[in-house]
Amino acid sequence: MLQYAAIVLIMLGLYGLLTQRNIIKIIISLNIMEIGLNLFIVSVGYVEGGIAPILTSVNNSSSLVFVDPLPQALVLTAIVIGVGTTALGLALAKNIYQKYGTFEIDEMGEE
Amino acid sequence: MKNFLALLLTLFLGYMIMTSLAANDLFPDQGAADVTTRVSQKYIDRSVNGDVGEVIFGQATNLESGPANIVTAIVADYRSFDTLGEVTVLFVSSLGVALLLGGPKQKRLELNFHPNFMLRVGSRALFGIILMTGIYIAIHGHLTPGGGFPGGTMIASSMLLLYLADDEFRAKIKGFKMLESAAGSAYVLIGLAGLFLGSYFLENLLGNGILGDLLSAGMIPIIYVLIGLKVGSEISGVIDNFLTEEGV
Repeated sequence: MLQYAAIVLIMLGLYGLLTQRNIIKIIISLNIMEIGLNLFIVSVGYVEGGIAPILTSVNNSSSLVFVDPLPQALVLTAIVIGVGTTALGLALAKNIYQKYGTFEIDEMGEE
Repeated sequence: MKNFLALLLTLFLGYMIMTSLAANDLFPDQGAADVTTRVSQKYIDRSVNGDVGEVIFGQATNLESGPANIVTAIVADYRSFDTLGEVTVLFVSSLGVALLLGGPKQKRLELNFHPNFMLRVGSRALFGIILMTGIYIAIHGHLTPGGGFPGGTMIASSMLLLYLADDEFRAKIKGFKMLESAAGSAYVLIGLAGLFLGSYFLENLLGNGILGDLLSAGMIPIIYVLIGLKVGSEISGVIDNFLTEEGV
C-alpha cells in the first residue's frame, strides 16, 4: 500500500507545480514530489520480515533475510541532489524577492 | 478552469502509473520482493567477482568489499564513481548559490531577534556535542547506519545552530572553502592512485581487514570521512550565503 501512497504524493507535488503561482510554493511542491519518489524507490526494496542491510554482532551472517540495499543507496544519492536543487532554487527565489519585492509570479513586472 | 485541467491531468497520469504497475510481473507487491533474484544479492554476499560462501561478522577477511554496512559497500565501493558524480553535483549547486548570493563585501543579515546571554552560551555548549556526533557518524559509516552524507549534514547543522543563536556570529568561510576543495581533490586523487598504482579508477589499494573492525574496509572509511568533511563544509557555506547580505 505504501507504494500507492508514494504515487499519490508524487501526484500531489505535480498538481502543486501546475497550479501554484508562488515561487516558494513551487519549490515546496518539487520537494513533495521528490519525497514521494524516494519513498516509492525505497518501498520497492522492502521485504516482509527483512532486517536492515547491516551486518552486526547480532545479525552476523549474510545468509539472513535483508531488505534490498540497492534502492537505499540510490535514494541516498537522490536525497543529496534534492538538497542541492532546493538550495539553488531558494537562492534564486531570494534574488527574485530582492529585485521585485514579491514571490508571486503574477505580480512581477507591474511596478 | 486551469486548476481543474491540472487536476484531470494529474489524476490521469496517476491512473496510468497505477494500472501499469498493478498488472506487472516485474513489479512485486509490497513486501513480496525477492532479493535473491536481484543483483543486490551479489552485494550482500560480496560475490560479484566470484562466490566466497557465507560472510560472517567478525570473521570474514579479505572480502572484495569490506564494510559491514552493505549500503556503504554499494555507495562508497561498488558504485563509488557514481558517488563522485553526486559529490560534484552538490559542489556545483553550492557554487551556484555562492554565485547568486555572494559578493565581495558581506555582513550578517539584520534579524529582528537578539539572543540573550544564556542562549549564546548554551548554543556554544551544544555545538561541540552536535559536531562530535556528526564526526562520529562519518567515521563509523562502514559499520553503523549513517556515513559521510548524514554526518556532514550534522556538522553543518551545528554551524546553523551557531548562526541562528548568535546574530553577530560569522564563521571563517575561507577555511570552509579550503577544506571543501582539499577533501574533493583528495577523493579524486585516491581514485587516480587506484588507476595508476592498481588497475582501475578508485581501486581499494589497502587491505580489507576483518569485517566489523573499526580499521577495516581499506579506503572506504577514508573516502567516507572525506565526503563528510566536504558535505559539511559545502552546506555550511550555503548557510553562510543565505544568512549574509551585501554591505560593510
